[in-house]
Order: sequence, then C-alpha cells, then structure tokens
Amino acid sequence: MKSFNFKSATNTKEAVKLISGRATFLAGGMTLLPAIKLRLAAYSDLINIKKIKGLSGIKVSSKSLRIGSTTTHAEVAASKEVGKSISSLAILAEGIGDPQVRNRGTIGGSIANNDPAADYPSACLALNATIHTSKRKISADKFFTGMFETDLKKGELVESIEFEVPEKSSYAKFPNPASRYALVGVYVAKLKKEVRVAVTGVESCVFRCKKLEDALSSNFSSSAIDNVNISSKGFNADIHASAEYRAHIIKVMAKKAVSSC
Amino acid sequence: MAVINITVNGIKISKEIADNTILSDFLRDDLALTGTHIGCDTSQCGACVVHLNGNSIKSCTALVADCDRSEITTIEGLATNGKLHPMQEAFKKNHGLQCGFCTPGMVMSAVDLLKKNKNPSEQEIRDWLEGNICRCTGYQGIVAAVKDAASKM
Repeated sequence: MKSFNFKSATNTKEAVKLISGRATFLAGGMTLLPAIKLRLAAYSDLINIKKIKGLSGIKVSSKSLRIGSTTTHAEVAASKEVGKSISSLAILAEGIGDPQVRNRGTIGGSIANNDPAADYPSACLALNATIHTSKRKISADKFFTGMFETDLKKGELVESIEFEVPEKSSYAKFPNPASRYALVGVYVAKLKKEVRVAVTGVESCVFRCKKLEDALSSNFSSSAIDNVNISSKGFNADIHASAEYRAHIIKVMAKKAVSSC
Repeated sequence: MAVINITVNGIKISKEIADNTILSDFLRDDLALTGTHIGCDTSQCGACVVHLNGNSIKSCTALVADCDRSEITTIEGLATNGKLHPMQEAFKKNHGLQCGFCTPGMVMSAVDLLKKNKNPSEQEIRDWLEGNICRCTGYQGIVAAVKDAASKM
C-alpha cells in the first residue's frame, strides 16, 4: 500500500486546516481504503474525522431529520428516531453492503463519494435533503453533479445531512446479488408540497425521474406507473443488466416502492 | 510512523507502526495472530473479520492508526482457558467448515450477530453472513452451527 500520513482532527476547523496538497478526509474508509489499496487513488495525507464529536449523531424535529456525517449505516439502521420519522431511510441503511461495512461506513462518506450505484444519494434527492458543510448549505438537487463527482470544493467537509420528513416514502432496490450495490434503486417520497422519485444505479449519477414524479403527483398509486414510458437512452449497460432491462426494472421497483409506502 | 496503543485479546500493546499499516497485516505479521485470514484483501470475502470495540469489521480494510486506543478481538481471543467458545464448538459439531479458510471470519461475524440478535431466524442468519464467503460447505452446516450456538449461548 502506498505510504501516506495519518492525522486525526478533533474539530472541523482543524480538519479543514489539515487539508493541503494531496490530502483527503477519512471517515469509515469503506471506499477510500480499497481505492488506495488497488492504486486507483493516492494521497499524501488522510485526515481522520471520526474523532470530531459533533459530526456523529441523529437529531429529529417534526419537519426534518438530521444525520451527522460520520454516523454509520448500522447506527442509522438501528436508530429508533430514524425508524419513527423516516422508516424507509433506516431500511435503506440496513440494505447497504454487509454488516461489517455497515459497522464502519458512514452516510457522509457515501454521499461525498457519490458512487453511481450507492443508495444514500437517492434518499437525499427524494427527501429534498440539505447538505450542511463546513462552508455552506447545499441542496441535494445541486450536490450530485456526476459520476463520483459532487459540488464539494477541496477541503470542504460534509457535516450533516438534513432530510425533509415526508408524508410517505419507500425505497425499493434490485441489488446486484454479489455486491449488494443497486442495479436499480428507486426512492419514492410524497412530501408536503411535491412527489419526488430518485433513481440510482442506472446512469452515471443519481437522478430524479420526472415522468414518474408527474404520474405519481396526479395519482399516488402503483397503477399510475403502468402507463409511464421510460426510455433506456443513456442508461448503464454491463454484464449484470442491459439498459433496456434497467428501464424495465425502474418501473417494477417504483411500483414496489409506492405499494409499500 | 507513530506509536499506537491498542488492546488485542485483552493484552495491551504499544507499538510504533507506519501510518499505512493495515490491521490484518499487523495482526498476522507483527503479532503472529495468523488465525485472522486474508482472502480477497478487498473487503468482500470476510475471512479477516475481527471485532473492533465489540463490533465486527473487516480487518483488511482498517488502518491500525485508526484503531488507536481501541479493543480488538480476534479468533484467538474467543476460547477461554483452552475451552472453545460455544460458537467454535457449534461449528465443529455441525460440520460448519471443510477447508477452514473462511471459518475464523465466519465465527467472528456470527458471534457479533448473536450479540445483537440472541435468537435469529434462518433468514436473519443468512442475511447477516452476507459479507462472509465460503466456497466449500454450501452454507448449510454454517447456518446450522449458528442456530445451534444461539440455543446454547
């Protein structure tokens, strides 16, 4: 493994200050460490942010649910507060990777990495989330900009993710049987003002499906999805699934999500 | 390089290590605890599962520096006074292993499951062992072993 310096920060300011040259933040390391080991990435310094106390934890109000960036998937899955206010989010967390990944992997790491098949980015889009960083607030709609790309600037640290508490919501995933990443994941949320449908695993970046949102806005039922025509243009095609197959599965997952709302 | 202080199987260790040292390599090469196996080395197969402060993790994807002032339990730390842990006994009795390569990780993962869910269903056991791959047994004996251990622990 290529050499690097490991430094632990005790607060956000210190963490941000330690970022210079080829340095990056380390949370659970479930993507970062394998990437370094496989020599897909190389850094001079890893700045550990797990010792920063304020970054971990869950806060609930009637309108929003705020999760600290270093909160692990296992903590979100087991949280009674999350289960009560947005149960679909706890179910999503329970379906990420395997138990050992969930014990280490964090929500902030997941969204900052923005893997095209990760689960959490779809929750952020569907639940109209606000990403709180060391510099500003970013709406989820503007946060996810491309494959493994976000609106985060160098040295900008995700501090927490604030989700809008929906009237109803559900996440349905068709997982790759080996990796448990989403071949297709559809997050449906009926918010106070709008219906949002976010799709992951299908394009180079998570996206909102306007056709499904329009259909469900006028009639929030699984039958409303029957007549929606999803074009497979631009969809991922690989050994696991063709673009056409993914287009078909989007509707199947969307129906499943709406029926279990 | 930095001095790290960790407790491994109840023994306090203070050692100078390079910042990029991986936990599985440290356990095997520096501490000679070769019960922790390295299979895929990419956090997929689960042969390297150990407990970090009571939770199961894949030690091939953890930095020793990140475990400073933590408690690690490996497969060597399960038996007490030469007596196998009930999970180890159950694996032995229920033919939960053939070649044995995945077994340390399977056992450590299963022990963590029973800490969190004392009486898991067959489906819950299979779901939990998602991150542990066995190429010999077909999992039947492993699932039977975890069930058996749950009834005795």
